Amino acid sequence: MKTMNVSLVGVGGQGILLTSDILAKTAALAGLDVKKSEIHGMAQRGGSVISQVRFGEKVYSPIIPDGTSDLLVSFERLEALRWRHLLAPGGKVLINDMNMTPVTVSSGQQAEVTDLDERLRAEYPSALYVDALAVAKEVGNTRTMNMVLAGALSVLTPFSAELWHQAMQERIPAKLVDMNLKAFEAGRARAVTR
Amino acid sequence: MSRKVLLSANEAVAWAACKAGCAVASAYPGTPSTEILENVAKFKDSISCEWGVNEKVSMEVAIGASIAGARALTAMKHVGLNVAMDPLMTYTYVGANGGLVVIVADDPGMHSSQNEQDSRNLVKFARAALFEPADSQETFDMVQAAFEVSEQFQVPAFVRLSTRTSHSSTVVDVGDDFGAGRPERKAYVKDIRRYIPVPMFARPQRLKAQERTAAMRAFACETPFNRVERGDNRLGIITSGVTYQYVKEVFPEFSVLKLGFTNPLPVEQVKAFAASVERVLVIEELDPFVEEQVRALGIKVVEHATELNMLEMNPMRLTALRKELLGDVELPAVTRADAGLPTRPPVLCSGCSHRAVFYTLAKLGATVTGDIGCYTLGAFPPLSAMDTTICMGACIGNAFGMEKAGKTGRLCAVIGDSTFFHSGMTGILNVLYNGGTITTIVLDNRITGMTGHQENPGSGRTLCGDVAPVTDIAELAKAMGFKRVARVDAYDLAALERVLKEELDAPEPSVVIAGGPCRIAAKLMNAGTCEVDPVTCKACGACFKLGCPAIERGEPTPDGKRFKSRIDPVQCSGCTMCRQTCKFGAITKIR
Repeated sequence: MKTMNVSLVGVGGQGILLTSDILAKTAALAGLDVKKSEIHGMAQRGGSVISQVRFGEKVYSPIIPDGTSDLLVSFERLEALRWRHLLAPGGKVLINDMNMTPVTVSSGQQAEVTDLDERLRAEYPSALYVDALAVAKEVGNTRTMNMVLAGALSVLTPFSAELWHQAMQERIPAKLVDMNLKAFEAGRARAVTR
Repeated sequence: MSRKVLLSANEAVAWAACKAGCAVASAYPGTPSTEILENVAKFKDSISCEWGVNEKVSMEVAIGASIAGARALTAMKHVGLNVAMDPLMTYTYVGANGGLVVIVADDPGMHSSQNEQDSRNLVKFARAALFEPADSQETFDMVQAAFEVSEQFQVPAFVRLSTRTSHSSTVVDVGDDFGAGRPERKAYVKDIRRYIPVPMFARPQRLKAQERTAAMRAFACETPFNRVERGDNRLGIITSGVTYQYVKEVFPEFSVLKLGFTNPLPVEQVKAFAASVERVLVIEELDPFVEEQVRALGIKVVEHATELNMLEMNPMRLTALRKELLGDVELPAVTRADAGLPTRPPVLCSGCSHRAVFYTLAKLGATVTGDIGCYTLGAFPPLSAMDTTICMGACIGNAFGMEKAGKTGRLCAVIGDSTFFHSGMTGILNVLYNGGTITTIVLDNRITGMTGHQENPGSGRTLCGDVAPVTDIAELAKAMGFKRVARVDAYDLAALERVLKEELDAPEPSVVIAGGPCRIAAKLMNAGTCEVDPVTCKACGACFKLGCPAIERGEPTPDGKRFKSRIDPVQCSGCTMCRQTCKFGAITKIR
């Protein structure tokens, strides 16, 4: 298969790194070569975070060149715009329908984006949206929001649900697996275009 | 047979250390190297491991273990190597007994650092061996080989990682027989001619170090870590470390000399490769470390206008280079949509005790020398209460230097607990000894915060989770001879202001320990919630000065010039700092 490039972006603390870990593990379980690369450190809390996963027969660079992401998964609406330059022409976009106001805005230092809906529609006319926090609440634990997104993301990858489950079981502490699997399954059917 | 696992290079170091029979490991945390020791600790049954107090001490512990005949490892970020250089420079004369492996993680592009350093220069300076892995598999293989090389040539062996290798996970075949290795321990034999490099012994050691370099250079030409991948010989690319991956992606058809062992450089191999291709191009990350040595051999290297010798390498930069040199590619079309978007910088967590100190220092109009840690964020608006940050521990000497240079007004140094233990203790002693009057404020949250909550001498636990003695910073300062030592609960804003004002204005040196546990480490992020009564709120803006991420702009006043505040219950951790700033009693703790 051609190497697939997936960029996951959002805000520190949203569970992006765990989600990309599980995606990378799933690809490895499928017998593919995988590289997962993330930047954290000062972005630990509240900063903008990015993780990139590439998989295929043979993958060299851990960095996905700008303009070549086949899939952009944004855990937050504003961040989807910030990382627009990663997306390949014709690439797919999955957006968590959630706003997290940056402290620069809540404190009044910088202006709020008032036309976010319009800008997202213009940039990504066929984006998929999922209200992962609402789905996670239905499942019974808001902390599983990232696995709802993993579920929504999974249908855009060439991997079976079973393989994803296996990766989750290997990565997530045993007592939390059932709750997370439930969230993952709930996320699989919930992404919609608008 | 094989056993494939997905590992970051940091994890791969730990697995390799275990397999190579490493017995002792010590490190001080620092992004991007922190996870190395955290993962070594997973093999604590076979590796005695610890958080060192600083990189120099960790290097010394590893050297001691090596002298005793065991295999030892230390790991650090690039700036940590600066701290550890002193023992290293002499141990390269003495020569390793048990294998000594040093992992240094550079941070090209400064994702989480105050500067960018190519550590390869320091490794060459120290006459040590140097491996440069391109991914986690090579890290796993090279760390094991580094122990062998260290013992074979009696030399410290470095493995240079970068943020990109440290924090990238790739598939590693660890072998189906993975387990803790048990190499033969070297005997320790007392030998003052070797281990005590006084001048008369050091001179012959100097000659030995020279011979060692020559022997290693021959090894460099034979090791499979340096290899030619033959392709189109119209261009021959010499590359090292992770940049190999980008070369394979952007220049896939050309011949490559892939260097995995770069100090000393395999001179004969480089010459042979250069002779076999029409043009030689050198691609590496940060300084022209290999390139300058290649040029010094009289080999002509392709010149280019594309800047490659600073910031992080990536495929886009090499594509730009290819466009310049060969003119047969274009960079992928890129659409940007981030114009006018508000930035999202990292911020002090809601409820962080550091916020109280910076809020108060801003109020007191103090000049503040700062240091390395989460609290460097106190420099940014709206707190804006920090003037300088140089390196670990520098704040104290910096403040004292400012005082000596005649700086007037309120002046203080602010340092975290872990940074204080790392290299603040000598700083305050110097202030006391030399008659300074500055105040040193220790932001004591009982954890090493920014690197992800590592234990330290103040936290009461070790790397492996065992109980450890707790060092009391106030008692330490008193024992040094400080007469003015104060301890204050940072969450009590009135008390904090009173103490800081008094100590900053006192004409004697003082140490203030402003305490409050890290909200994340102490699991206090959901400890409570405060609420603003929108009727009582007068939109005075006092609470906004805290810069707390949980406090948001609410309803505007009729003239639209000011805003009432509102508290996001999800982000609020109930610290009540904002309640203390409100003169109108509009903020209450609701749970």
